[in-house]
Parts: sequence; C-alpha cells; structure tokens
Amino acid sequence: MSELLQFLFSGITVGAVYALVALGFTIIYNASDVVNFAQGEFVMLGGMITWFAHAQGLPLPLAALIAIAATAALGVAMNKLMIEPARGAPVVSLIIITIGASIFIQGAAQLVFDKQIHSFPAFSGDDPIRIGGATILPQSLWVIGGALVVFLALWLFFTRTLLGRAVLATSNNRLAAQLVGINTNFVMTLSFALSAAIGALAGVLATPITLTAYSVGIGFALKGFAGAMLGGMGNPKGALVGGFLIGLFEAMTAGYLSSQYKDAAAFIVILAVLFFMPQGLFGRKSTDRV
Amino acid sequence: MRLTPKSATLIVLALLVAITPFFFPSGYYYRVGALLFVNGIAVTGIVILTGYAGQISLGHAGFAGIGAYACALAPVHWGLHPALAAVLGAAISAVLAYLVGRPILRLKGYYLGVATLGFGILVSMVLNNERQLTRGPDGIEVADLGLREVLKGWGLNLTNGEFWYFFCGLCLIIGAWLALNLHNSPTGRALRALHGSEVAARTVGVDVARFKLQAFVISAVYASVAGSLLALQNKFITPDVAGFMHSVEMVTMAVLGGVGSVLGAIFGAGILTLLPQVLTVFAEYEQMVLGLVMLLVMIFLREGLLPSILKKFWGKDE
Repeated sequence: MSELLQFLFSGITVGAVYALVALGFTIIYNASDVVNFAQGEFVMLGGMITWFAHAQGLPLPLAALIAIAATAALGVAMNKLMIEPARGAPVVSLIIITIGASIFIQGAAQLVFDKQIHSFPAFSGDDPIRIGGATILPQSLWVIGGALVVFLALWLFFTRTLLGRAVLATSNNRLAAQLVGINTNFVMTLSFALSAAIGALAGVLATPITLTAYSVGIGFALKGFAGAMLGGMGNPKGALVGGFLIGLFEAMTAGYLSSQYKDAAAFIVILAVLFFMPQGLFGRKSTDRV
Repeated sequence: MRLTPKSATLIVLALLVAITPFFFPSGYYYRVGALLFVNGIAVTGIVILTGYAGQISLGHAGFAGIGAYACALAPVHWGLHPALAAVLGAAISAVLAYLVGRPILRLKGYYLGVATLGFGILVSMVLNNERQLTRGPDGIEVADLGLREVLKGWGLNLTNGEFWYFFCGLCLIIGAWLALNLHNSPTGRALRALHGSEVAARTVGVDVARFKLQAFVISAVYASVAGSLLALQNKFITPDVAGFMHSVEMVTMAVLGGVGSVLGAIFGAGILTLLPQVLTVFAEYEQMVLGLVMLLVMIFLREGLLPSILKKFWGKDE
C-alpha cells in the first residue's frame, strides 16, 4: 500500500510538470492553431537561466524571476519572428518551424551555458515529508501547488477578465474577433509570453527534483503534448487532468512494469487516445468544413 | 526534344552519381556521397507520403531502424544472407506500416504527426532496451554484404568507399525511378487528388483510406531500405537510426529541398548531409545553424529550396 502511495506521489509530481507544459501548449494552440514543439525548451530555459543566475551569486527568487521574464521575452520574439511571418503555412511547415526553433534554442543554450547537468537548491529544504508510509519532497509540493495555482489563475483570467475573454474570442474566430475591435496581434503576443512564462515556471519549480541540461526540453514537450492531447487539445481543464494522468501512468509503469519502458507509457496512452477517442477526454467533437 | 520531369530528374541523378567522383579530392568523399544517397532514398519515400499524398510522419526513422536491425540480427540468428535480411526488413516494415497505418491514417495534421511520432519512439525504445537482442544503445555490428567480393571476382575492383558510393547511387536512381513512375500512375493521381481535398477525392470515387495506406506502406519500405543500406555500409548500427531526431531529419530534408518533387527532396537531403561536413570546423555551432536553416527556409521559401531557386532562374511556375 505504501508502495502504491509512493508511486502516486512521484506520478503526481512529474504529472504537475507535464500539466504545466500542457497548459502552455493549450494557450498557444488556442490563440494561433500552432502546436509549439519548442514548448519544452521554455522549461529547459527556466531551469538553466535560474541555475546560471543563481551561480553568479543572485538570490534564488530573483534568479527565477529573471529566468521567467527572459523566457517570456523569447516567447514573444518567437511569435514575432517565426509564427507571424509563417501565418497560413501548411501544418508540416509549422511543425518544422517549431522543431527548428527547438533545435536552435538547444544549440544556443549549449553555447551560452554548457552541456553539463545542473540543479539549484530546493526552495524549502530536502527533508522528505512522511505520509502514510511513503515520502514526498517539499519541492514536490511546490511543483504540484504551482500547477494548481497557474491553472486557477488562468481560469480566472479567461473567465473573469476582459482581456482573457478577448483571447478566447480570438481562438474561436480570429476574423470575428478583429471585427469587434480586439487587437488580435496583441492577443497572440500575450499568449506566447504567457505560455513561455508558464513553461519557464515549470522549469524553475521542477529543476531541484528532475535536474536540468540543455537537452531536457524535447522530453517535456512530448509528454506535455501527450497530456494536452489526452485531455482534449485546446481545453485548459483537459490539459491539467491530462498532464497529471500522463505523470501517473508513467510512475505506475515505472513502478509495476518496467522502469526502462516508463517513457513508452505516454506514447501508448497517446496512440490509444487517438484510436478510440480522438477528441480526448474533454475535447469537443470536431466536424470537417468542406 | 522536350524532357519530361521524370526523365530530367533521372538524367540529373545519373549524371550526379557518375560525374561528381571526378572532383573528389580524397576517398572520404565517397563515404559522404554514399550517405547522401542513402538519405536521398529515405526522403524519396517522404515525397510519396508527404509530397504526393499530403500526409505527415514524424516516425519514419522507426522503419529505418527496422531495416537496419534486420540486417544486423537476421544474418546472426537465422543465418540469412545480409541482402535477404534487408528484404526481410523491408517486408516487416511494410507489414507493420500496414497494421499501424490503418488506424493512424484516419488522423490529420498534428494528430497524425504525433501518432507517428509515438510509433517511432516506441520502436527506438525497444531497440534501446532489448539489450540481449540488440545490445542496447552501444550498437551492434552488421555482417558484410559480400557483393564487393563478387564484383572483384568479375574483375571489377572497387575500394570499399567506391563500391558503396556507386551501389547506393544505383539504389537511389532505382528508387527515384519507381517514385516518378508512381507519380504518373493512377495511384499517384489518386494520391495527389486526396492531397488536394480528401472530400473532393472521395466524391469522385477515390478510396481515400486505401490510397493513404498504400503511400504510407511504400514510404515505410523506402525508409527501411535506407536504414538497411546505412547499416550494411557502416557495418555497425546504433538505435539512433530509429530516433526522433532522425525522423525529424528525414522530414526536414524533404521539406527543405521541396517535398513536391523527388529531385527537390534529394537536393534537401544533399544540403543537410553536407552541412555537418562543412560545419565540422564549427562543431559547436552545428545545432544552432541546423535550427536556423530549418527556420529560415520554412519561413521564407515555403515551397522548399529547389523550387524557389528554379523559379528565380526561369521565372516560371511548374
């Protein structure tokens, strides 16, 4: 029983990271219909920049803030320099553009920083907390709390603020949103900044547990995407639940089946979801427009 | 006489294979050339899938992995000749592509991309983890094809590099010829029709699901053969051949050069094969430059390099 609880804890912890990545995917997908394969690089940059700034002697909170701000700026630059000029390009091109961005950012990160594995101290110490025979790290609580707070903040933003509703309107119908006076370009910029900042936050929160290196991004991107798709593409609630579920599947696979194949869990889930319910858990049924 | 695109492509390829060796400063360039041709075979498959039929795959390296490991494993375990092992690999790839493709190809766009990506990653995971069979991430040696010795017996004495250069070149020309024939066949027309609009193709009686599946299976066989050739010429293979980055590389090569035509895609394969060779001096910047090339070409030359260049010179649409 304590074994199951332990796997549950580790599953929820990684699941929270995937949920954050999935939320980032969702925001950009809603605003622009682009699946951003560079989403994982935001997580990597969040961790790497924080480590770097902290190693230069800055206090950890300030380092984290710099990392999140810098990554958000990069997200805005990505939108302006890559996504906007490529508007209307076929899906294959968009996939290659965002994968190209991901490769470029990785290349730049290994030049600017290095190729080593890094970490920084956990926020509230490393003493594990005992619950019912299993243990959980205080940092895990930070990660899980972070995912829930971000989700709640997003929910409030999208349902309670004018700007948030403008984003939703843009994702529903870009032209119609423009016609009622919404600055859709600003909405796009905002979405990329928000998405990058959330990714970076995930990196900041998770790095004391998962460690970071220039190459960790693609794994996060794929798992996060799996989560977003499981929940139903474009649905924030789905992204949150999907991310946690992928984390749990992974932890259970590692615990009970084979730790070598834990990464397979996410993809088997993805394939199963695509076969049996392509719209995901919370997604809308889509129809083809001819 | 007016050249059809088909014969023009084949002539260009044949000239390329035959003439470039005269300009090689050293034997090493035969190796690079052979690698280019292998990549050319893989992207020709992508042209059929993406260029003709408009479907995406981010998992074709999985089939390359199957082709490569068939050549590594079948000769050892079943005493199969390496050439037959390559055929076996292609057959396994085809069957697998058929089984996986049936459910997957109902999906479109990103969903199809991710489903194929998942398939590719599962294959590479198996190759990495089943150590007692594949010896894991460190790789495994591959038996010699033995064709060079046969040729020697006939009085044709080639160095190893020369042999693989011309052999892969020949395979590429055959592969391109088949792909170009397909383009003009009823199947090719059906594929291009469903690329334009699946609904329109269906209304005129095209069995969309069947033709998509055909394109997927054919392109899987191309990837598998490319993987086999890579394994046989290196006499060694690692699971990286099936990795996600290799899948991305294949699609990038094809789209970079121009996925609409066989020659364009092979041109893209050439660029991305030569780029790392040129960049060895700047090894640290290699990844950045690769990413940048992908970005710039896709943003500014959407049809790919070759069509854009041709348009610039001749100022005409195809």
